[in-house]
Amino acid sequence: MNRRVAVTGVGVVAPGGIGVKSFWELLTAGRTATRGITLFDPTGFRSRIAAECDFDPYAEGLGAPHTLLDRHVQFGLVAAREAVADAGIGDAGLADAATDPWRTGAVLGTAVGSTTALEDGYVVVSDRGRHWVVDSTAADPYLYHALVPSTLAAEVATEQGAHGPVQTVSTGCTSGLDAVGYAFQLIEDGRAEVMIAGASDAPISPITVACFDAIKATSTRNDDPAHASRPFDATRDGFVLGEGAAVLVLEEWEHARRRGAHIYCEVGGFATYGNAYHMTGLTTHGVEMAAAIDSALAQARLRPDQVGYVNAHGSSTRQNDRHETAAVKRSLGEHAYRVPMSSIKSMVGHSLGAIGSIELAACVLAIEHGVIPPTANYEHRDPECDLDYVPRHAREARLDSVVSVGSGFGGFQSAVVLGRSR
Amino acid sequence: MTAVITGLGVVAPTGTGVPDWWRATVSGASGLGPVTRFDASSYPVRVAGEVPADPVSTVDRRIAAQTDRWTHFALQAAQEALDSSGLPLDGGLEVGVTTSASSGGNAFGQREIEALWSRGPSHVGPFQSIAWFYAASTGQLSIKHRLRGPCAVVCSEGAGGLDALAHARRAIARGARAILVGGTEAPISPYALTCQLPSGHLSTVDDPATAYRPFSSSASGYVPGEGGALAVLEDGGSARDRGATVLAEVSGHAATFGSGGFGASAPALSAAIRGALADAGIGPTDVDAVFADAVGTVAADRAEVAALRAVLGGAVPVTAPKAGTGRTYSAGGALDVAAAAYALRDGVIPPTPGAAPADGIDLVSGAARPARLRHVLILARGFGGFASALVLSRHAAN
Repeated sequence: MNRRVAVTGVGVVAPGGIGVKSFWELLTAGRTATRGITLFDPTGFRSRIAAECDFDPYAEGLGAPHTLLDRHVQFGLVAAREAVADAGIGDAGLADAATDPWRTGAVLGTAVGSTTALEDGYVVVSDRGRHWVVDSTAADPYLYHALVPSTLAAEVATEQGAHGPVQTVSTGCTSGLDAVGYAFQLIEDGRAEVMIAGASDAPISPITVACFDAIKATSTRNDDPAHASRPFDATRDGFVLGEGAAVLVLEEWEHARRRGAHIYCEVGGFATYGNAYHMTGLTTHGVEMAAAIDSALAQARLRPDQVGYVNAHGSSTRQNDRHETAAVKRSLGEHAYRVPMSSIKSMVGHSLGAIGSIELAACVLAIEHGVIPPTANYEHRDPECDLDYVPRHAREARLDSVVSVGSGFGGFQSAVVLGRSR
Repeated sequence: MTAVITGLGVVAPTGTGVPDWWRATVSGASGLGPVTRFDASSYPVRVAGEVPADPVSTVDRRIAAQTDRWTHFALQAAQEALDSSGLPLDGGLEVGVTTSASSGGNAFGQREIEALWSRGPSHVGPFQSIAWFYAASTGQLSIKHRLRGPCAVVCSEGAGGLDALAHARRAIARGARAILVGGTEAPISPYALTCQLPSGHLSTVDDPATAYRPFSSSASGYVPGEGGALAVLEDGGSARDRGATVLAEVSGHAATFGSGGFGASAPALSAAIRGALADAGIGPTDVDAVFADAVGTVAADRAEVAALRAVLGGAVPVTAPKAGTGRTYSAGGALDVAAAAYALRDGVIPPTPGAAPADGIDLVSGAARPARLRHVLILARGFGGFASALVLSRHAAN
């Protein structure tokens, strides 16, 4: 199989600004978008901070019917519009002369789907949790859309007129990498020419914040939210919940060239493994993540020492950052000590399934602009995390090959390799 | 590369464990009845396909307490699938897991949201974070059986079961030795059933014998069901080398999307059927039986009949065993694949339980029909526009 896959469009909805331009400005400035939760009153919760999007659906061009759908679907629609427009596929969406809608698909990832809408709906029908057998007659007309996680992919595909293979991927916090990976495979296998691939999550609701409180996974640096997400820093104390979406347009290489599209970069490889270890715990050795990196590099025909940048999962939990550092050393060997490796979660928080796609968008932009986004808030060296984490300031560098990695509840370990177009 | 099914496990309203379930399926028995898992008397929908056996008894108690019913089903079906396959497991990176999901740990999640809203954030338990989300079953199966290969979760509502199998086949084409693949659902709980009502497709008929009659002129919607199936999908070379018994080969698949309701799904469904046949390298006359999606509304059934007739003509036998289990969403594709695999093995098409006469297709009803089966087509659609078609074939070695 010699079908190559190009990235020809990018769209982002992220904390700190909607759209690729403000997202990239935030990252290259090293600014953080973490703050006290405003989406609900967090009084009484252990962690009361998050990275929220200042998102007005009407200002972003959505209409009243869209506002009946969960916030993560709205993010996904807006990011997909930006990505498709950026790909130059035209105002007519994908139903364009250069694209066959039956050969155009969509894979969208989400970790928790419409949890926020489901919780809101539950509060109504149960009279704020008073009844186990709820009042079924009070069901919101869009509750079924909220129940099924496929709604994200269905809505994006419908709006963009895609009639090829369409699905939602929900592999926890690797959903965003896996969605792009599955879409890459579908083009490789000749199942589609164009894929809308990305992920979205909007998990900042009481139940999700409470469930991470219950396992003490999130940061309690409530008095200093701007500095709470501190990947690889010795004083890190958990992740900061985020929200957002990113969508890439993937396209078969010759298809992109024929229509004269701007090719940002190439998807070189994707792999995912399970650690079969613990639903939330990570090993200290990172063998499975290393295997994913190795496999993705092999698909891209790259040696470890050719990697110019590692976009880390870097969630800012004690165990993740240690696990990931071990995995990168295992995979890249001595080169691990030379390659820059940063976590944008320091700035935009951890938006669960969405973040993998947001991080890939950052990688695409890093290759395009020759700038590596930093790890904000990195100050104190942790002896177990002893690599070059690009502390606080963006760095200029010509990047030919980058690796983005992710790790998720359920044991998922994924890696995607992107390369400069040749 | 070929991908073959070497093991199956089933938990269904019509029987738990393959022997009981397959006997009931061939006999045309129905597992539909009044909702018993909670008091549904105030609901407009009061009939469902419930799994009578309690799967918790077969699942490790510690894990059972940390997981929802849909994951209990998955753990039980997976054990049977792995046992029957005899697949050697060595904890390596070559065997993975793919499940489909169309809702998560419904009753578990409702209990935790109830605790949050009635008693406060500190009353949410530590397992909400791993029991409710859509990846719970894949993660638990991976851990339980030390399956460290590619792990995935695919969601396309009712099409998810078939799409999961297609995803697993792609993983095998990329070097995996085997994938534990399938889907389960447990949507018969107070809040989850409430959430299903606005879809507008559920039957409000109170008589279990007539509530779900796909392809009949009096079709009134579907009855929701629970349960599911897991399969061991294995690289054909690996199965041959170890002398495994092959039930069937997954020889073709295609997925399409046609936005709009089920009633508008004919173009997408016929495109999916054509794609699946092309992928399998067979023609329309090679299809010996069809396991239909059978939504059970007049418009949806008409669209499915139109797609079938457009590609295959009207002569091929069509069946819908799910009329006896209820529509189990993404698990439906997995259950139909299981039924089709045994149909190929035994040379028999199981009937559509309680079927009324159907226009335009040869719907197998009443008794099972003996037939020489080489290739069976399985169809599935998902709310919002998903369409999926899969060809299961008698394995050349059989």
